[in-house]
Order: sequence, then C-alpha cells, then structure tokens
Amino acid sequence: MSTAAAHVHEEDHGHHHKETFMTKYVFSQDHKMISKQYLITGLFMGIIGIAMSLLFRLQLAWPEQSFGVFEVLLGKWAPDGVMDPNVYLALVTIHGTIMVFFVLTAGLSGTFSNLLIPLQIGARDMASGLLNMISFWLFFLSSVIMVMSLFVEAGPAAAGWTVYPPLSALPQAQPGSGLGMTLWLVSMAIFIASSLLGSLNYIVTVLNLRTKGMTMTRLPLTIWAFFVTAIIGVVSFPVLLSAALLLIMDRSFGTSFFLSDIFIQGEVLHYQGGSPVLYEHLFWFLGHPEVYIVLLPALGITSEIIATNARKPIFGYRAMIASILAIAFLSTIVWGHHMFISGMNPFLGSVFTFTTLLIAIPSAVKAFNYITTLWKGNLQLNPAMLFSIGLVSTFISGGLTGIILGDSTLDINVHDTYFVVAHFHLVMGISALYGLFAGVYHWFPKMFKRMMNKNLGYIHFWVTAVAAYGVFFPMHFIGMAGLPRRYYTNTAFPYFDDLADINVVITVFALIAGAAQLVFLYNFIHSMFYGKPTEQNPWKSNTLEWTAPIEHMHGNWPGKIPNVHRWAYDYSKPGHEEDFVPQHIPLKKGEEELQH
Amino acid sequence: MTLILTFTALILVAISIWQITKIFELSQGNKENNQVATYADNNYNGKLMFAFLLFLYGLTLYSFWAWGDVLLPEAASEHGSDYDNLMWISFAIIFFVQTITQALLHYFAYKYRGEKGKKALFYADNDRLEAIWTIIPVITLSGLILYGLYTWTDIMSPSQNEEALVVELYAQQFNWKARYAGSDGVLGDANVRFLQDFDGKNLVGIDATDPNGLDDVVVQELHLPAGREVIFKMRSQDVLHSAYMPFFRAQMNCVPGMITEFAFTPVITTEEMRLSPEVQAKVKKINKIRNEKSQELLAKGEEALEPYEFDYLLLCNKICGASHYNMQMKIVVETPEEFEKWMDQQQTFAQSIQ
Repeated sequence: MSTAAAHVHEEDHGHHHKETFMTKYVFSQDHKMISKQYLITGLFMGIIGIAMSLLFRLQLAWPEQSFGVFEVLLGKWAPDGVMDPNVYLALVTIHGTIMVFFVLTAGLSGTFSNLLIPLQIGARDMASGLLNMISFWLFFLSSVIMVMSLFVEAGPAAAGWTVYPPLSALPQAQPGSGLGMTLWLVSMAIFIASSLLGSLNYIVTVLNLRTKGMTMTRLPLTIWAFFVTAIIGVVSFPVLLSAALLLIMDRSFGTSFFLSDIFIQGEVLHYQGGSPVLYEHLFWFLGHPEVYIVLLPALGITSEIIATNARKPIFGYRAMIASILAIAFLSTIVWGHHMFISGMNPFLGSVFTFTTLLIAIPSAVKAFNYITTLWKGNLQLNPAMLFSIGLVSTFISGGLTGIILGDSTLDINVHDTYFVVAHFHLVMGISALYGLFAGVYHWFPKMFKRMMNKNLGYIHFWVTAVAAYGVFFPMHFIGMAGLPRRYYTNTAFPYFDDLADINVVITVFALIAGAAQLVFLYNFIHSMFYGKPTEQNPWKSNTLEWTAPIEHMHGNWPGKIPNVHRWAYDYSKPGHEEDFVPQHIPLKKGEEELQH
Repeated sequence: MTLILTFTALILVAISIWQITKIFELSQGNKENNQVATYADNNYNGKLMFAFLLFLYGLTLYSFWAWGDVLLPEAASEHGSDYDNLMWISFAIIFFVQTITQALLHYFAYKYRGEKGKKALFYADNDRLEAIWTIIPVITLSGLILYGLYTWTDIMSPSQNEEALVVELYAQQFNWKARYAGSDGVLGDANVRFLQDFDGKNLVGIDATDPNGLDDVVVQELHLPAGREVIFKMRSQDVLHSAYMPFFRAQMNCVPGMITEFAFTPVITTEEMRLSPEVQAKVKKINKIRNEKSQELLAKGEEALEPYEFDYLLLCNKICGASHYNMQMKIVVETPEEFEKWMDQQQTFAQSIQ
C-alpha cells in the first residue's frame, strides 16, 4: 500500500514517472484509464446482451423453427436448432440483467462519471484512486461471474431480470434456479459493492475537489447528473443487496423471508410465514430508482452536447438542476407502481399513482428545455448531436406512455404485456443507449486522442433511429392487444394469431438495428488506432476537460489547474468574438455573469 | 454440416458488413479529413431530421391503419367501459403531446441547422415560459390523477355485495383451477398441506375437517353467470402467477402464502360476444391466417390446424417457468340459468374424494 500512497502523492504534483504495463493498463488508478476500462468492458457486455435479444427475437417471429444459429450458439439447449423454452427465459433474463446493470449502469455511468468528473470540475483525479480501481475490478469480476453463469450445466438464471421468488428461490421450479441463479446473485452482490464504491467516490470528488471558482451553480449539467445519480445509487443499491442476501439465505440456508406454503414437485416444503411481496418491495425500491440511475447520466450528457452543438446556452439551467433533483427525490417514492396488482393494499396503489404521475412534471420541463435550446440555435449536427436529439425524441415517446402505466387503473390491463416492454425500452433502454453513443462520439477525442469517422457515425445514427422506432412502436400494439411478455411463443393462443405478422416486422427491424451496431463497433475500434488525430478542443466546447492537453497525463493539467470564472454555457454570448467562452476565461470588464 | 455452414455464413455476413463499412470509409475519407460536421453535413442531416419527423408520423398512421383493430378488445365487464374511457382520454392527451413535441423537436433541428455566418441567439432563461410548461402538465396530470384514482377506488374497493358469487382461482405450474363455494356460499379452509390427502384427489388442498368445504366444487373450466358480481379469491401453490383476463379488464397476482382478491361483473355472455361484429371480424381474420398455415402444414404432410372459435380466456401473466406461455383456462360466461344447470352437474368435494 505504501507504493500506492506514494503514487497518489506523485500524481498530485503532476509529475511523470515510469510505469509498468500492469500499473498503466491493468491496475491503473488513473480515472481516465479506468473510464476506458469501464467503456470497453461495458461494450463487450453490450455485444452479448444485444446478441441475446436478436436470438429471442428470431424465436418470437418464427416460433419453434429450426435455426442453425441457435444450434451453433446454444448447443444442447437448442436440439436440432429449435430453442428450448427454458433457454428462451434464460435469454430474456440475462439480456435484461446485462443491459440494465452491466451496460447502462456501469458502462454508461462508470465510463463518463470517471472520465468527466475530475476533468470537468478541475481535479487532478478522483478523491480515491484506489477505491476507484477496486470499483472497476469488482465490476469486472461480477461481469466474469455473470458470463460464467451462461455456461452452467442447467443454464443461467431464467426467472426474469427481477428474479422474483419463489421461482428464483426453488431449483425445483425451473432449471435456471439452480447454480445459475446462485452465480447471478453472487455476481449482483459484487456488482452492487462496485457500484457503491464508485458512487461514494463520485460524491466525495464533486463535493470536495472542485477547482477554484467552480461553485455548484457553475457545474456543467453532466456533473450534476452524475452527482445526483451517485446519490440515488447510494440510497437504493444497498436495499437490493439486502434483498439479494435474504434471497441467498432462503435458497441456501432454509430461511423463509420470501417463501410460505409451497407445494412443488409432489412435495410440501417447510417454508412458513414469508412473502414474495416483501421481495418485490425491496427489489423495486432499487429497481425504480435504477431507471433514473440509467437515465440521468444520459440526460446529463445530452444537456452538455445539445448546448455545445446548438452553440447556445442550455435553456433554463436552474430549472434543469431543479428537475434533476425533483426526479431523484420522486424516484425513491414511486416503486409501488410496479406492484399495483401484486396483491398489496389497493390504497397504496392510489398513493403510488399520485407520486408516479408527478414525475411527469420535471420530465416534461426537461423535454421542453431541450427543445427550446434548439430554437434559434446554430446547430452543428455532429453524430453526438444527432444521438442527443434522438434521445430527446425517444425520451418523449417512451415517457408519454408512462402516463398510462403509472396510472394504477390503466395498469390493470397492460401490466406485464408488451406495452410495458415497448415503454421502458424506449424511455430508458434506447434513450440511455443513445446517451452512451452520444457520449462516446463526443468524448472519443478526449479518451483516445483521435476522432471517430463522422460519416460512419451518421449511418450508425440514421439506421439505428429508424430501426429502433420500427422495433418498439409496433410493440405498443401487441401489448394493447393483451399479449403478455416473457411468452416463449404465442402459438398456444389462436387468439393471438393475427399478431404474428407484427412480430415479424419487429424482428426484421431488430436485426437491422443489430447490424447497424457493427458499423459503430468498426468505427470505434478502427478509430482508436487509425482515426484522425484530434485538435485540443474539436467541438469548441466551454468545459474544462478541453483545456487539458490531448496527451493524457497524471494529474490532468501540467502546472496549475485552471480557475473557473463563469458557467459552462456561455455560447454565442454577445460581446465576444468567438461563439464560445470557456469556463476558465475571466469575465471582461463590465461583463455580467448570467445565472448566478 | 449445417452447423459449420451457418457459422461460416454468420462470419461472412459480419465480415462483409465490416468490409463494406471499410470501403465506404476509404471512398470518402480522403476528400476531406475533417471529422467535425461541415455546413454540408449540417444541411443534409437537418433535412433528414425533417424527413424523420415524417417517418414518425407515417409509422404512426400506418400502424393504426394496419393494426388498429388489435387494440384493446371489446370490454365484457361492467367496469370495462370506465376503464376504456380513461384509456382513450389518456391516449388522446398522449397523442396530442407526442405530435406537437416531436414536430417542434425535429422541425427546430431542421430549421436551425448550422449555416455559415449564422450566430445562435443567446437565450438562457425565461421564467414565464418555465412556469407555463410546469403549470400545464400540473393541471393536465391533476385531472388524470383524480380521474384515475376515482376509477381505481371504484374497481378495487372490497365488494360488500352479499349476492356476489365467490370463486377461488387456483394457480400452479402450469394450469388453473377454479373452486366454487357450493350451496352454503362459503369456501372451505384450504392449505397446500392437504394436497396429498385422498391420493392426490384433493386438487386444491381443501381441509376435509372443515364442513364448509365439503360442498365446494373444483373445476378446470371457469363458468360465470352474466350480470352477477364475481369476487375472485386467488391462491398459488408454488410460484407467483398472475390471473390475467384481458376482456374483463382484470388482473391480479396469485401469491403463494396469501389470498389476493379482485372482483368484477361480467356483462356479455360468450354466445353474445361471438355475435359481436368486432369479434366476428377478428375470428374471420384469424381463421384466414390459420387456413393458410394449414395449407402449408398439409403440404408437408402434417396435420391441419383447428379452426378458431372465440372464447374468453384466463392467461398467466407472471413468468412462472418453462410452460408459462401455455398456462391458460377457458372462461365461459353464460346466462344465470345455464350457469345453475352447469353447476348442478359438477361433483362436490365430498363426492370427488369418495
């Protein structure tokens, strides 16, 4: 540990020193390297998650047909190329888990919080480089365990990403609830530890390490989003950990927290007095804030990119902060809207309907503010900007149907149907993915010193944008028709036969969307090595990260850290020659600083 | 062999996309080495933004034209029309907001695309505007919340109706059973501990020492009299299930270890529903699809599909294991007379365990 301490000490003075391969690329404590590690691990998990979704989309469009690709990828779980129902459930479960936690929580928040918090607030590094390193390696370990669980004899967890007991608690209930489920829980417990270490670090760094002049109301909205996200994480993730631990106890040590009166496989089990509804409460106490843990960083990234590329200040900076805070507060008291028909007291349903629909207000404010920011701008339509505009579009489309699902009455008939799948994929899945892509295109020069190819970026965006709506818009229809989610096939109900065509349309668009991601992957990997070298501030942005040298160095800035004299959004400010005024430029004589 | 072929095909597809991408990149990479959007880029991407708005509208219109008939099946319960009203009002609001906001977003992206010599307007704040778009959602949502809560309380308040029919829905992997209270109108005590009594004939675990249970009737097909309120008591013996009856706008989870409740009044019998024009059109459409599929199956020497006839259904809507997708029970809604007649033919618990 003494070397680590010395290491940190040296960083503080910004000195260069010899590094080995291990300390530079593997056990690095530098936030920029850790952010790259998060991004690449996240993208790798993303490839797995998206590939899985394509597999089960094939099954849904052409149910019980033989596909060579199933035989190749699923082996004994797809005899003669026909997917087994248990495998279908395993695929949807792991797809959900990987996309929500590993890609959109760790991959998105982990990457950009790590990259941007020190660089945008003007800090040499995170408050604790060591904790930061441990956080990444715990995440890596949990990813390895999650991937390992795919190769377990009886298959990985298959109880849905929410893993409700008793289905997840009893190996007799389905094959995936054996060792696969144990590994899922272990992986998630480690993931939560990683997330907590990361979040605490972000909070402490934002509170303590801002450079001179960087008051809270001069922070870029990205940092506000990451900061508030970290707080939500610290408040809610421990509750999921407790749920996971209690579930482990029920599974392995015979306790009855979530189980009672069960008869399965011809046998009465000993469990008495527990309730699955308790698990649902604990799970969704994290599960709902998790939506905002995924979404807020994407919105923060969007705020920054839209303002920069519109060459305009973000409209209503303070209202944006207020709405982030309002969303964060409300997100912790709405979890019951996932449980309107769980058997809890209907009066609670009324309360949760009320709090849930309130969330629409700050969300609407954010959407209107984005639109107004575009108004009379001078829009530089870079790929990052396109993805940000795309995010606002899917955020609106997906958010609006939340008004139906958050209403306990209306939820009765659309709960757990494809309507829900369409809603949350648009509002948090696609929106957050767009946020991730926007962030990668925008900060790629900062991370890898090179530019990504913009034309490939355009192709990536337009194909993805069309295909994403092509996938999820029709899904509302089959949901309203009453088609439940997590059905291996719909052929058991002749009543749903007329929905088969829609399912084919959805799958075709899904395959197109999947192919478009290969373009991104190529662009990403190729540009990393052969992209055009970047200028220091390619997007003519105001924030501090672009004042740091292109070549990465410990401590981020040679010599002194720049002081901050203004907010991050002085774009096209009258009285200035250029259409941007970086934060470290002092106010001119007689110039008024807006917003403070 | 197919294995190797598919694998090769997959790799080839991936490689070809990769190669096309590379060729594309090389073909335009040399002309200009600037990876930041140029005015030309702004121009065509701005126009594409406008085209995308038209795509969104087109997709919406096409979807309603092609698939509008699958939305919300006809309601067959008393509260169904309240539910549908609330749904359509919410939908109208959503469509209005969606149409306007998407138009503004994409139109601005097109209209204000970057041009040479243009400078953006420095416009950072406007309290009045902020207030307007805070207050309008507040008012709209207050209306929706109040209307929603009113309907919710109406649907979910525990029924005080003494005339109501009490039915237990019993879920297990992967089928449904229903239990009627019999002539005494009281369901006998039950618990999974009793499931193994009487050589497994005790299908839902009725306590044989409770006299209330002896006249209970356990069936595999749910019959309901039209026009009479039904109070469902739900149980599950193994994992979570959810009793989903879309035509009746009804759903409630079945939770092991506790009894959950949902009540509604069916108002349209199965026979009447089969005569409704909407259902007839649907049945016709489905049978056309099934016919075509049957032809294919017959050509392959397999059996043809049964023609479809409309029935109300109870579906499982909470993931419960491998056969979750096929956990269903037929619901027959009939006149009270027909219902009584059917009920008289059923065995009571006492009879079935003898």
